[in-house]
Amino acid sequence: MPRSLRVVLAEDGVLLREGLIGLLARFGHEVVAAVGDAEALRAAVAAHDPDVVVTDVRMPPGFRDEGLRAAVALRADRPGLPVLVLSQYVQRDYAADLLDSGDGTGVGYLLKDRVGQVAEFVDALDRVAAGGTVVDPEVVRQLLRRRRDPLAALTPREREVLGLVAEGHSNGEVARRLVVTEAAVGKHIGNILAKLDLPPAEDTHRRVLAVLAYLQA
Amino acid sequence: MEARDVRQAPVRRPRRYPFGAWPWRSAAYLVTGVLGGALACAVLLVLLLASLLLVGIPLLLSGGVALGGAERLRLRLVDRLPAADPHRVPAVPGLGAWVRTRAGERATWRELGYALLFATVLWPLDALVLALAVGAPGTLLAAPLLLAADGHETKLLKAVLVTSYPGALAGAAVGALALVVLGRPLGLYATGRGALARALLTPRERDGLGEVLASRARLVDAFEAERRRIERDLHDGAQHRLVALTMTLGLARLDAPPGSPLEERLGQAQEEAGQVLAELRELIHGIHPQVLADYGLGPALGDAADRTAVPVDTALDGLPRLPAAVESAAHFTGREALANVDRHSGASRARLAARHDGRVLVLTVEDDGRGGADPARGSGLTGLADRLAVLDGTLTITSPPGGPTVLRVEIPCRVRSESSSPRTASSSARD
Repeated sequence: MPRSLRVVLAEDGVLLREGLIGLLARFGHEVVAAVGDAEALRAAVAAHDPDVVVTDVRMPPGFRDEGLRAAVALRADRPGLPVLVLSQYVQRDYAADLLDSGDGTGVGYLLKDRVGQVAEFVDALDRVAAGGTVVDPEVVRQLLRRRRDPLAALTPREREVLGLVAEGHSNGEVARRLVVTEAAVGKHIGNILAKLDLPPAEDTHRRVLAVLAYLQA
Repeated sequence: MEARDVRQAPVRRPRRYPFGAWPWRSAAYLVTGVLGGALACAVLLVLLLASLLLVGIPLLLSGGVALGGAERLRLRLVDRLPAADPHRVPAVPGLGAWVRTRAGERATWRELGYALLFATVLWPLDALVLALAVGAPGTLLAAPLLLAADGHETKLLKAVLVTSYPGALAGAAVGALALVVLGRPLGLYATGRGALARALLTPRERDGLGEVLASRARLVDAFEAERRRIERDLHDGAQHRLVALTMTLGLARLDAPPGSPLEERLGQAQEEAGQVLAELRELIHGIHPQVLADYGLGPALGDAADRTAVPVDTALDGLPRLPAAVESAAHFTGREALANVDRHSGASRARLAARHDGRVLVLTVEDDGRGGADPARGSGLTGLADRLAVLDGTLTITSPPGGPTVLRVEIPCRVRSESSSPRTASSSARD
């Protein structure tokens, strides 16, 4: 069982906010503050110094992307503060702004739909809190859909592996999902990095970031 | 059918013209013109003096408008076709609104120009024509009477001295002939005057067009506002509740015995709710793409290119934030063009480019397909052309059979000012 996390939650929809508090409590995490707008989020983070922040993108007063702006600003003030952003937008620009904040570790960008996959959602939160990088599969799919010639050189299997790496999964997790050995995954990744002209990296986070940077470019 | 004006009258009944109504009407038009013009001249002088003290400017405007109204009525003397009022009814009652509306209309300024012309040049000219065509023959016609009144002699037109009745009668005959002959030029001059008044005092096509454009702009704005409202309602309502529903289902699934039929059913329900959410997300994005509001035209078009099945090369870098209406119109046009590439072109590759040179946004969509695209045939682009027209934008499509098809949009616009862009405001707050 991962450690219990102290969470600051920002979500302006009451139904979802209450639901998330219950969900996190069930997995042993404590929501130390639940707020409904970006201003209150900054104040709550300053007051509670949480392990991780979970925030909605669109919040009062403008109902634009105040939550995402607040998340980026918080990470500028407190480098390394883990932030998981819950979004309703697949568009890559939102995720890119978040990944560009700080050194890109300890961030997650997930579609709100994922909260239904309770166990996976909590797992993603744990990974973000531990300094990992998590990007929603749907957003990764959109990145992979961009027609970039080097991507065409990848085999279907390699594209599958690339997608999972971009989502922030470790070699072991990728192997488990594709039902292959970890060694096979390592080989695929080596091929992918070579084909895309990316520097080889053992560390999962560095590799995720390199892949994401490549996909966004 | 009655003649509309002097020009038509002699054509219909040439011999009866001198004895018909038109010479009288023309003369009446010029006589009232001289009287009105002299009055206008006096009033104008007073108002110009008052304008020096600033209070006279609204008076000058309303004077011009009033004169315009009177002149349009007077025009009926020489032109049976009613002269339409070029002015709008002010949107709100009150003197202030009236002055603002009138001051903003070109028609008002044309009327003022006419008033100046009328008070300075036109009425003396009217007087001169009257003197030549009516005054001089009239004096000749009156020669016998004048002679009778004087008893000894009378000088006709200050030139010919007449001392006998036969001479006076001859003068009268010449006068009558001149009156009949000059009736026609008099009528033509009056008609010309009327045409000038009509040209300056009645609505121009462009005035009406402005009104149509303004109303179309209001419609587009209303549609845009309505789209935003629907998007907001869907986001705050259905989307939010569906997310909460999938979460509830997910939690219920945790409570169900693992591997049981209940757990399986809950899993199915969750999956279906997830599909509905995905569809709803696409629907909302189609109605009002939030990425356009948050990131602007470049990223929004880039996203549209990503979603196109045909591979699209893009050149969208460096686009500044533009007025919301421009971004929206350009985005929807680009998206529709890309959709057409997918649907109709048979292209294997397309290119989407947008740039702004400080004054004009230029958006081009090219494909290497079969061409022959007809914008008039329900391609969805006609409606967008209307939308662009509101912004003074243009849409051109060249699509020869065999291709390539090139769609080009140009919208004149300035870069959006800093204060109205939340993106800029928050980015600078971040630094």
